[in-house]
Amino acid sequence: MRRLTPYLLALPSWMWLSIFLVVPLAAMASVSLQTGNAIDGFAMTFSFSNYADALSTYSPQLFRSLGYGALATVAMLLIGYPVAYWIAFKGGRRKSVYLFLLLLPFFVSFVLRTISWGFLLSDDGILLGTLKSWGLLPAGFHVLATTFAVVAGLTYNWLPFMILPIYVSLERVDPRTVEAAQDLYASRAAAFRRVVLPLSLPGVFAGVLMTFVPATADPVNAQVLGGTGNTMIGNIIQTEYLTNLDYPTASALSFTLMAMLLVGIFVYAKALGTENVLEAAAR
Amino acid sequence: MDPLHNPALLRGVTQPRTRREAFRIAGLSAAALALAACGVQGQKAAPPKADAVKDFWSKQTKHGKVVFANWPEYMPGDKAPLEAFAKATGISYEYKEVVNENAEFFGKVDPVLRAGQSLGYDIVVMTNGVQLQHMFELGYATALDHSQLPNFAAHAGAKYKERSYDPGNTYTLPYMSGITGIAYNTKYVKDDITSIEALFDPKYKGRVGMMADAQEIANFGMFALGIDPEKSTEADWRKAGEKLKAQRDNGIVRKYYDQSYIDAVSKGDVWLTMAWSGDVFQRQLAGEPVRFVVPQEGGTIWTDNMLIPKGAANPLDALILMDYLYQPAVAAELDEYVQFVSPVPAVQDLLKEKAATAEGKDKKDLEALVASPLVFPTEADYAKLRSYTTLTTAQEQIFNPIFQSITQA
Amino acid sequence: MRSRGGRLGDRLLHVYTWLVILWLSSPIAVMIMFGFNDTPSKSNTSWHGFTLKWYQQLFEISDLTTALRNSIYIALISTVITVVIGTMLGLALGRHRFRGQGATNFLVFAAISTPELVMGASLLSLFVSANLPRDAITITIAHVLFSLSFVTVTVRARVVTLDPSMEEAARDLGATTWGTFRQVTLPAILPGVLAGAMLAFALSIDDYVVTSFVNGSTLTFPLWIVGSVKTGIPPQVNVMGTLIFGLGVLIAIGNAVAARRRT
Repeated sequence: MRRLTPYLLALPSWMWLSIFLVVPLAAMASVSLQTGNAIDGFAMTFSFSNYADALSTYSPQLFRSLGYGALATVAMLLIGYPVAYWIAFKGGRRKSVYLFLLLLPFFVSFVLRTISWGFLLSDDGILLGTLKSWGLLPAGFHVLATTFAVVAGLTYNWLPFMILPIYVSLERVDPRTVEAAQDLYASRAAAFRRVVLPLSLPGVFAGVLMTFVPATADPVNAQVLGGTGNTMIGNIIQTEYLTNLDYPTASALSFTLMAMLLVGIFVYAKALGTENVLEAAAR
Repeated sequence: MDPLHNPALLRGVTQPRTRREAFRIAGLSAAALALAACGVQGQKAAPPKADAVKDFWSKQTKHGKVVFANWPEYMPGDKAPLEAFAKATGISYEYKEVVNENAEFFGKVDPVLRAGQSLGYDIVVMTNGVQLQHMFELGYATALDHSQLPNFAAHAGAKYKERSYDPGNTYTLPYMSGITGIAYNTKYVKDDITSIEALFDPKYKGRVGMMADAQEIANFGMFALGIDPEKSTEADWRKAGEKLKAQRDNGIVRKYYDQSYIDAVSKGDVWLTMAWSGDVFQRQLAGEPVRFVVPQEGGTIWTDNMLIPKGAANPLDALILMDYLYQPAVAAELDEYVQFVSPVPAVQDLLKEKAATAEGKDKKDLEALVASPLVFPTEADYAKLRSYTTLTTAQEQIFNPIFQSITQA
Repeated sequence: MRSRGGRLGDRLLHVYTWLVILWLSSPIAVMIMFGFNDTPSKSNTSWHGFTLKWYQQLFEISDLTTALRNSIYIALISTVITVVIGTMLGLALGRHRFRGQGATNFLVFAAISTPELVMGASLLSLFVSANLPRDAITITIAHVLFSLSFVTVTVRARVVTLDPSMEEAARDLGATTWGTFRQVTLPAILPGVLAGAMLAFALSIDDYVVTSFVNGSTLTFPLWIVGSVKTGIPPQVNVMGTLIFGLGVLIAIGNAVAARRRT
């Protein structure tokens, strides 16, 4: 019976994922090798050149997306870790309240959040306009339509997805362990590095997985906050699919993106010192 | 058997060359495996034959029911025009605000119609552009019977009967229109803008907004070069592409916008931008310092169109409703709420009369509405307006990359 | 010496945490403000004075009201399903060694990394092929699909920090499998489960792309809003957003008060 337990536990998710994910992904894999157009139909030609063509046309956007995703993930880690740390150790009985408040802004539509950011950050608006009128910023300074805005937007949008898993694994750490370590190593920094950080690594791994991947594929922030040279691969996939009806190119780009993300996560897991990427979180 | 659900009959109207058999497989996974195994079948439709159209419509009967799929906020909240329609004709209606965005809407209906299933809507509203063209090419739109559209014939403006994307209104009737022109913020731009060249003027470096949509931006590139987009060729597109690329590379463009351009120009993030008339009109009502102009070189007129999708359950009821909306009084009621450009010119006079008898804020609002060239374009404006370039699928594969490589770099 | 430095650091972190919460909520403040805006036109982005009329006319747009209700139902139901099966999977992956574990991990990763558009479009093809009508059920299926991995990964991050000997002890003392789970395992993983539930709810209630493919003619709050951008988002949308946020804040306050009582 006990040997069956993991299979029984995994069974519902397996069924869900295999019917609603694997099969569609297989269909997508098939489409990515087809040629034709939406009007006359697509036929399977095992056209691997779809991948080469898509990559040669869109490699700037692809690598840019990986770069933005990585930058945003680092920013989220730096901003989010102290928050998770404080809530886990000092949040007391109100821990879940803090977490809830962190996530609450994301219960209302992204369209409203986006419009509000446009209002707050406009060139002569409530923030920048005021700073400019005080002479603290040059008149031509702007935040919207810049690379910084895109990366900041990605950071903003996924930050709770970094904080929550880190909190979840830190919360398990007994504060007395930390105190003991502080006595042992005689400095908070050393205690943190030797004791707290290693214990939080499963959470950090989960957080990075849950933020880097969706941030890299995100189509919204570049469209809303970016300028003329900030298009990300998510935007390209949308255009190829919805406007150009070029399903093979859109599928090939999606698979390329997924493969690169997988490689990225693998390299990262290696750097964390985990042997097998797929079991990294279990270590 | 209900003749409307007879697929052979529907095929008679749209005549697809090939057609995908609807899967008759019960199990989800089995269906899915089939999906993974086969490609996407083509459905190219031939132009409708007059006889087949006549034949189709002669067999239709009134069902007393119609399902209308439209954009949100495109009908007064109390649905008064539809209530009156139900009372006048005995046809009950279902009104669904399910069209959010043309591309996504097409992405959603394409697989359904391709599989030969019904959308469950009798009328859908789509903007002219690539997706609508795909609807025609794929045979997803039902050819209309103009002998049963007397109100359209009598009351639609001439401009709405001669449209390059759907000659002779074969498949569609206009619901509302808008103009793409230039909007500028008078707080920052002190000159009177009249020419499209202002969008290319280095004086406004970094303060110009352009639209991200390939057809919108292509039209403005062509207007700037004196090309009529409705008659343009591949060579024209390439020239327009070069002009627009230079505009971007010189740092004149701040950003290629979706509809968020209107916030940007009214707050001064951009000083002048390509713009849609309906948005600017609302900002003017709100007292924001934005002015709209149809450039002397030309502007674009776009239209949201009603069409009857293939496989609709109640086509005759749909046709009756479409025609009903062309009664000037009904069109006026709609336009008073929507405040876009109505295809029925008589609306302006009707609303003028209403304004004369109205009082207070209503009077002021109505007067602003009837006086605005953004809602009731002048003859001079109409003369400058052109549609998008109508593209075949083969042309699209040349056209799109030229402009997308500029807006999506 | 050390402890005073520690206390100062903690206080700084306390302030910092609130600053991050404020930063995340700052656009919400703007949203709330424009729910009180007496705008004379359909555009609602410049300030024209205070009014309560949008609160009085809150339910006048019937499709919007229905859309919000649909969103809340779908978010609640899909969260429950996701939390149950995602927690099970998280336990399996974090606690056990089994055949197919690598492949399962890969699937979990694939579900996160599939671009939303691809997921929505391919799910639609699947539903169409199976002749399954698109409605609230297909939306729920899709929402469970994209939230599942987030719950699983979050729960697993908790499970791997636990000491399995507690459960073994419970079992040695004669507890049943279910009893062990309820008395020992569940309380230990509860923070992970709650965090996963919050993530799943947030993902569901704010989803646009995937839902736009699989909704049929069922409307959700984000879909209606995106569509209304064309003519101007009515202030009632801001009011509804405000009510969601306000309800959330009330829940948080109630929770905090209850927590204080318990101590």
